[in-house]
Amino acid sequence: MKKRTVIIVAVFILLAVLHQDEWNWDKSTLVFGFMPIGLAYHAAYSIVAALFWALVLKFGWPSHLERWAEGEDIRATEGDSGAS
Amino acid sequence: MTSLIIIGIYLCLLLSLALASKRLFRGTSKDYFVASHSIGPFLLLMSVFGTTMTAFALVGSTGKAFQRGVGTYGLMASSSGLIHAACFFLIGIKLWSIGKRHGYVTQIQFFRGRFDSSNLGYLLFPILVGLVVPYLLIGVIGSYRVMGPLTKGLFPNAFAAYDGSLPPWLIGAVICGVVLTYIFAGGSRAAAWANTFQTLVFMAMGVLAFFMISQKLGGLGAAIEQANAAHLVRTPSELEVTGKAGSFIREVGIPPLMFLTYMFIPLSVGMFPHLFQHWLTARSAQSFKLTVVAHPLCIMIVWVPCVLMGLWATGVFSATPSDAWPAPALGIMKGLPDASVGAVLSLSLKFLVSNPIIVGLVTAGILAAIMSSLDSQFLCLGTIFTNDIVLHAAGREKFSDTQIIHLARGFVVAIVLITYILSLVLQKSQNVFDLAVWSFSGFAALTSLVIPALYWKRATKAGAYACILAVVVTWISFFAKSGFGGEYTVLGGVMPVAICFAAGAAAMIVVSLFTKPPSKETVDKFFA
Repeated sequence: MKKRTVIIVAVFILLAVLHQDEWNWDKSTLVFGFMPIGLAYHAAYSIVAALFWALVLKFGWPSHLERWAEGEDIRATEGDSGAS
Repeated sequence: MTSLIIIGIYLCLLLSLALASKRLFRGTSKDYFVASHSIGPFLLLMSVFGTTMTAFALVGSTGKAFQRGVGTYGLMASSSGLIHAACFFLIGIKLWSIGKRHGYVTQIQFFRGRFDSSNLGYLLFPILVGLVVPYLLIGVIGSYRVMGPLTKGLFPNAFAAYDGSLPPWLIGAVICGVVLTYIFAGGSRAAAWANTFQTLVFMAMGVLAFFMISQKLGGLGAAIEQANAAHLVRTPSELEVTGKAGSFIREVGIPPLMFLTYMFIPLSVGMFPHLFQHWLTARSAQSFKLTVVAHPLCIMIVWVPCVLMGLWATGVFSATPSDAWPAPALGIMKGLPDASVGAVLSLSLKFLVSNPIIVGLVTAGILAAIMSSLDSQFLCLGTIFTNDIVLHAAGREKFSDTQIIHLARGFVVAIVLITYILSLVLQKSQNVFDLAVWSFSGFAALTSLVIPALYWKRATKAGAYACILAVVVTWISFFAKSGFGGEYTVLGGVMPVAICFAAGAAAMIVVSLFTKPPSKETVDKFFA
């Protein structure tokens, strides 16, 4: 597995774990004076999730699938480039 | 009455937009089914978001926050931000490449090809329809929850039996009629245009309701200060509500295991037939980029205000119930875990924001959220029925292009009628949020079929059948135990979806390993 894929999977798992936020479970502190921390945390989580996927698209975009979809034989291409 | 006129104007605007899109309709079955070929990134985002967020988002989330508290957002919204985008990225883009390379249009075409089995389509079809119908019911029943309380007393003579409010049979007929009209007019292009318009409307109106209600409660700070304290944390507790008829105890908060296993439910987007169709037929893979990134943010824009409004309502509806409150308000004040919680948003609006123009605009926004989900589902079921059942069995050459469109429309009308009748029968017994969760759970559990289909070359036809049967058996069993649509957990809080998914995945892996692998030809066809 490529190093980039490993990093993406690791961050994904970390985000899934952070979603549980046990430490906020019984807190009712208000953020900005109107938003319970349990809600503010998860609203911020949504923003972090969007940023994470933006980075995945930038660094992990499956361009090989686009070429394959257009009819290119990926394995043959990769074999050729490997041989050269 | 002013509110009702505004809603009427909104419906007319929607129909005008759809009729405008008809001018672009080329009259061919291909254009009717897959205008997605011409849908760009923004329309795709609005279409995907609009169809995913139904009454479940606006009406259901507010009601659920009123029932369970602040954890409602984490339960569905933030986890969806992570999981939905993962499905778009991992399942959507891969499906797009396969659809583009081999010309697949529908979900069933893909599975038939991947597992080299025609009968798999006949097995999947009733399951998909069976799961989509509750999804449709969420929308139609949601419209009753909103419009009923809003119009109470407006028609004392015409609808005396309904406390002077518009009766459900009329609300359902209008909503279904409008949606049918615009998808008949322009097919999938009209649905995409209408979705975009409606998604923008319901996002804007949700924010408007949020600010208007908060103003009436004395500002954002004052609004949350008057909310019930038990609803501001996720810790489970019991809340005693005292009313004229005595005291009621209800559960508040979210058990930890439930919170954890709810993360399986957003997987449902990986198997929704209408999204599958979008992925298989999108113009280019690049179209997905905006949807992957913006989807979590769009969810946040809609859900944060809705959850806050649900929390505020715990303070608003905390006084001793009296005759001044309408029946649904009494129901929600008692905290009954039934259909009445769906009325929290519209009742808050009606009692706190007396301006009929604002009430009309926000109600139009809620109806927009509902209708933007119905259209794509109706259309998609028509597409699947026509392409995967009739044309597949009888042969495409036996039908003209016009006949194919008529077939699709006929099936859509049948589904609309079934949904309409079921919604009238079930309207009083079903909580919109819980019913949605059961529908989503079924689709989520079936992602144990699509993930191996896309990423595991060793996944076999027998494995696919075993997977589907395992999901169906476990889902039906839990659904029956829940009383056919109520909130239900097992093993101290585990959501049934986690077990249905695990059963499907285990069946797929074990049976595939013990049966003949797919041919080299199949593997070469589906794996880059």
